[in-house]
Amino acid sequence: MEDDLRVMNHPILGDLPEKKMVTIYYQGQPILAREGEPIAAALLAAGIKAFRKTVHRHEPRGVFCAIGRCTDCMMIVNGKPNVRTCVTFVEDGMQLEPQDGYGRRKVDGGDAK
Amino acid sequence: MKRLSTEIAIIGAGPAGLCAAIEASKLGAKVTLIDENALPGGQLFKQIHKFFGSKEHLAGVRGYEIGTRLLEELEKSDAEVMLSGTAYGLFRDMTIGVVQKTNHYAIQAKKIILAAGGKENYMDFPGSTLPGVMGAGAAQTMINVNRVLPGRHVVMLGSGNVGLIVSYQLMQAGACVEALVEAAPAIGGYGVHAGKIRRAGVPILTSHTIKEVYGDGKVEGVIIAEVDEKFRVIEGTERAIAADTVCLAVGLNPMTELAHMAGCGFTFLPALGGHVPLHDDNMETTVPGIYVAGDITGVEEASSAMEEGKLAGIAAAASLGYLDQEKAKELKDEVQVRLSALRTGAFGEKRQTAKTEQMARMAAFLQEKGGRRP
Ligand SMILES: Cc1cc2nc3c(=O)[nH]c(=O)nc-3n(C[C@H](O)[C@H](O)[C@H](O)COP(=O)(O)OP(=O)(O)OC[C@H]3O[C@@H](n4cnc5c(N)ncnc54)[C@H](O)[C@@H]3O)c2cc1C
Ligand code: FES
Repeated sequence: MEDDLRVMNHPILGDLPEKKMVTIYYQGQPILAREGEPIAAALLAAGIKAFRKTVHRHEPRGVFCAIGRCTDCMMIVNGKPNVRTCVTFVEDGMQLEPQDGYGRRKVDGGDAK
Repeated sequence: MKRLSTEIAIIGAGPAGLCAAIEASKLGAKVTLIDENALPGGQLFKQIHKFFGSKEHLAGVRGYEIGTRLLEELEKSDAEVMLSGTAYGLFRDMTIGVVQKTNHYAIQAKKIILAAGGKENYMDFPGSTLPGVMGAGAAQTMINVNRVLPGRHVVMLGSGNVGLIVSYQLMQAGACVEALVEAAPAIGGYGVHAGKIRRAGVPILTSHTIKEVYGDGKVEGVIIAEVDEKFRVIEGTERAIAADTVCLAVGLNPMTELAHMAGCGFTFLPALGGHVPLHDDNMETTVPGIYVAGDITGVEEASSAMEEGKLAGIAAAASLGYLDQEKAKELKDEVQVRLSALRTGAFGEKRQTAKTEQMARMAAFLQEKGGRRP
């Protein structure tokens, strides 16, 4: 994990304020996130760049607009597909899966595709 | 579904929507301000540079500081604020459909101000969809709001003000800008901004373009090449730059979906970012009671978005009878003076010309159709 992708010191904004850390799970792997940050920020900070795959050609996509407008950052979050991770905030214990194609809602015991 | 009603509903709490809400509620109108973000402010809190213009335009103050001031004013006002609420539709009877988490609202309003902002343009080239290629504004959001670097080695495409400002901000955040690539023979933005990054050692490559971005599943490098006066790649001038991030600063376009849905008349003005809803000097569109302000009327900057927001707020409140025509005119004239001052200089003038053309087309529309149409 590349911790130093976080902007710890900033000439104008100052030091990064202390925040409570929470744990989110990317494909089962634990990642530390700052409480209240968007999921996409936590993943980028951890060096993860590919968030979903396209419907037809299964090409990888990552954050493009970071303001909820392009849908390139959609993932399956706690079993729910099509979640824009750049405008959805982390919660402790959140389960994240990259989304391949349209994505289906995960029903109990079933697979999220 | 819950039904709510208000006098003025404002969609979007960026600088335009915030100023509209503050102004209209100061004048006594009942205001509901809706934004899909959890925090108000729109693009303002990522703007850590000092603003240009005069003292009235808060020149010398940084964008996020202006944002903080606006939120304080909003707090003091009686405006109702609905956050994490996405306006998904406008209906003919002036009702707005809003989804907030798992709740659904139908908000009936007497006047609606659309201040949804703009979004970044995309540019197509081989590899342009690889993870690591993003809007310059996206990188700006990541570093200044979320305090995360999208990568360490960045190639910026586009030398307008956004490209120049975000390059500098990426360096402030600790990234290395390997090159700034611009297809035109000269830089597009202000010399002051360009000077800052040039002094920091960033190569500014005019008459160059990105030919290709390569990498296995993510950006690993960029092939740049020189272009001729017709922007065609000159074969043999290609060279590779190792990079993990490519930022596209190739303009913005207005977020006009809701205005389309409302049946607003449109016109095409490339200088303003594309198709924009026709509006008069009250910011009222071709649909009675629907106003627009900020980037949705044509992409400009935060300072002009704030002034347009004030204008829409004053006009909407006046139309509800909260101030007489004379007082309204006085207030609107003051705003118009500040707006004109913002639209001067090499860049401002182009926008001013486009805005004047827009007004002429609106007048022609009203004449042809015999007035506004619901
Ligand atoms: C990413 C980005 C970075 C920018 N950086 C700069 C910069 O550094 N300097 C500069 O001068 N200009 C910059 N701009 C240009 C911009 O013109 C202004 O800075 C300014 O923010 C525009 O104000 P606005 O109020 O019109 O829109 P915005 O600030 O974009 O605000 C619009 C708001 O509307 C909300 N919204 C949109 N649709 C809906 C809906 N359907 N339901 C609910 N809410 C909705 C959004 O969440 C947002 O908060 C940037 C623009 C973008 C997109
Ligand atoms: S990156 Fe565009 S919607 Fe999230």
